[in-house]
Amino acid sequence: MERILFGDNQFFAVNHISDEKSRAQSIRFKDDESIIQTLDVARAAGSNTFMCTTHDRIGNICDMMRANPAKYGDYQVFPCMPYAHKYANAVTELGIAGTLKQYVPGNFIGSLFKGGVAYLSKDYLSIMELLIDAEMKMFKGIKTPVIFLQNVVTDLLLGLGMIDILVAFHKYVQKKYDAEAGFITMNMPMLLDKLEAAGIENPIICSSINLAGFRMSGGKEKYEEILRTRKVRAIAMQVLGGGAINPKDAIEYVCGLPNIESILFGASSKGNITQTINYINEFDKKRAS
Amino acid sequence: MIKVALIGAGKMGLSHLSILGAHPDVEVVGVCDTSKMVLDVMDKYTKIQGFTDYEKMIEKAKPDAVFVSVPTKFHHTMVKNLLNKRIHVFAEKPLCLTVEQSEELVQLAAANNCINQVGYHNKFVGTFREVKRIVKGGFLGDIYHFVGEAYGPVVIRKKQDTWRSDPSEGGGCLMDYASHVIDLINDILAPVESSKGSILKPVYSNNVEDAVFSLLELSSKVSGVLSVNWSDDTHRKMSTSITVIGTRGKIISDANELKVFFKDSKVPDGYSKGWNVKYITELTEPVDFYLRGEEYSAQIDYFVKTCQGKVPNTINTFHSAMLTDKAISIIKQSSK
Repeated sequence: MERILFGDNQFFAVNHISDEKSRAQSIRFKDDESIIQTLDVARAAGSNTFMCTTHDRIGNICDMMRANPAKYGDYQVFPCMPYAHKYANAVTELGIAGTLKQYVPGNFIGSLFKGGVAYLSKDYLSIMELLIDAEMKMFKGIKTPVIFLQNVVTDLLLGLGMIDILVAFHKYVQKKYDAEAGFITMNMPMLLDKLEAAGIENPIICSSINLAGFRMSGGKEKYEEILRTRKVRAIAMQVLGGGAINPKDAIEYVCGLPNIESILFGASSKGNITQTINYINEFDKKRAS
Repeated sequence: MIKVALIGAGKMGLSHLSILGAHPDVEVVGVCDTSKMVLDVMDKYTKIQGFTDYEKMIEKAKPDAVFVSVPTKFHHTMVKNLLNKRIHVFAEKPLCLTVEQSEELVQLAAANNCINQVGYHNKFVGTFREVKRIVKGGFLGDIYHFVGEAYGPVVIRKKQDTWRSDPSEGGGCLMDYASHVIDLINDILAPVESSKGSILKPVYSNNVEDAVFSLLELSSKVSGVLSVNWSDDTHRKMSTSITVIGTRGKIISDANELKVFFKDSKVPDGYSKGWNVKYITELTEPVDFYLRGEEYSAQIDYFVKTCQGKVPNTINTFHSAMLTDKAISIIKQSSK
């Protein structure tokens, strides 16, 4: 994985500290063209990986990339699935069974719900595989070396104790897409323990890691200890605490931690993108020397 | 260890179940649902025992406390049944379809000494807690007006009916969505006493309102406007905000950002005269397990601690939820 991953929250009005900023972003990125232009700014500044949700509009961005292989042939995308709001809204409207019927391709669910047939564990894993395939369709022909499970799903399954499904996700993306599985979580210490116990060694885990200790469930000290002592391929996200931490201090803290393979961040303006990337390069150099 | 069971593994129910599952002081002893598939998945992938009949679950699993996250129309009967068995109850909001039903549950919980809590999670949001602290501290002077708002994309086109579109089951924007804002106003300011006029407006739905607009008066004689619309897809998810205006200042807050203006220097610690902005990042207490917002974990942790006798049962009680049900009925009446 590259050191610097560019995220997509700003494109879809996801702002963790301000509804006003979130509206401004949704106006700013109304057109797909403005998204690709911002990706170009990030590429020029030195980030060649786009980590994004499987939002419908990402499909359009993928079309634009496929149409210009000379420019985007080497560009990497790390898909994060699912785009949870799509399913959450559907569950409100259609219920769990209705949502599966709507989103799982083919007649599989229809036949599953017919009659009093007993379901097998492999049936549920097949549903998961079909859902992954449906989400992955938009990335056909694009390099996707790591595929992530979104935190709301990872953490829901973690709390419910459904670690087998996390393991199945890990195995399936490897088998079908020759990709590594990544897990986004707000509970890194707990997740790492469970994944290790289930036999997944040195997993890719993307979690909040920031100076303020914001959304570092289990405590900042615990995270720091894990980074010092355990085997994990860590990605730090929310490094700026949603914009609440001074960028220089924020980056200095993260770059000073051991064993962080990548830093994920998103920004809208050229100024903020280059400033953050410059800080990362500067503090990385300082640490190396 | 508190033994907890859950009735209704829908969207809220699964969220509760996951947070309960990760809680170190909780043993989840059963889940009851009508969906065979949900129970089957529980059986195959978790250690939680599934039931189709909640009374059988109570009998067999013997929980100390039960979470009730089923459509509102079932709350009264189920909760009453649980309280009669002296089981602590966490119920989803709104508490009941009528004030009479809610009052009965308030009395029964008190008589049987049962811990009682309702899922109005905004009371566990750091920014709204801070708004309450500033208002109750008198820093805004004499409060004379408020605006309570919530907007989001729940019903954004004509679509198939569910229990959320049936008023007799607790559906509609007033009970499902506006109740959150009303509950917040009741808590931060004072209980709603009357409405000077309300509009319940369908936008896409056939049988229920999709928006609620109301002019309210509180028991403290403070006036205010309620404006709630769940057919507004300019918001990615539910966005709740409250504005409070007093003789010495004004506060505007949503779940992420709190902006407050003080006219003079009599301000709380950490604030100054003029505009101040605080973010949730500094106002939220960390939680041990995070699923979808600190408030969802914090309200469950509070309930568990209440059951253990570590904290008093004072936030989101059945009584406060009954006052919210009362306000809902006042708004309904004034719209006729």
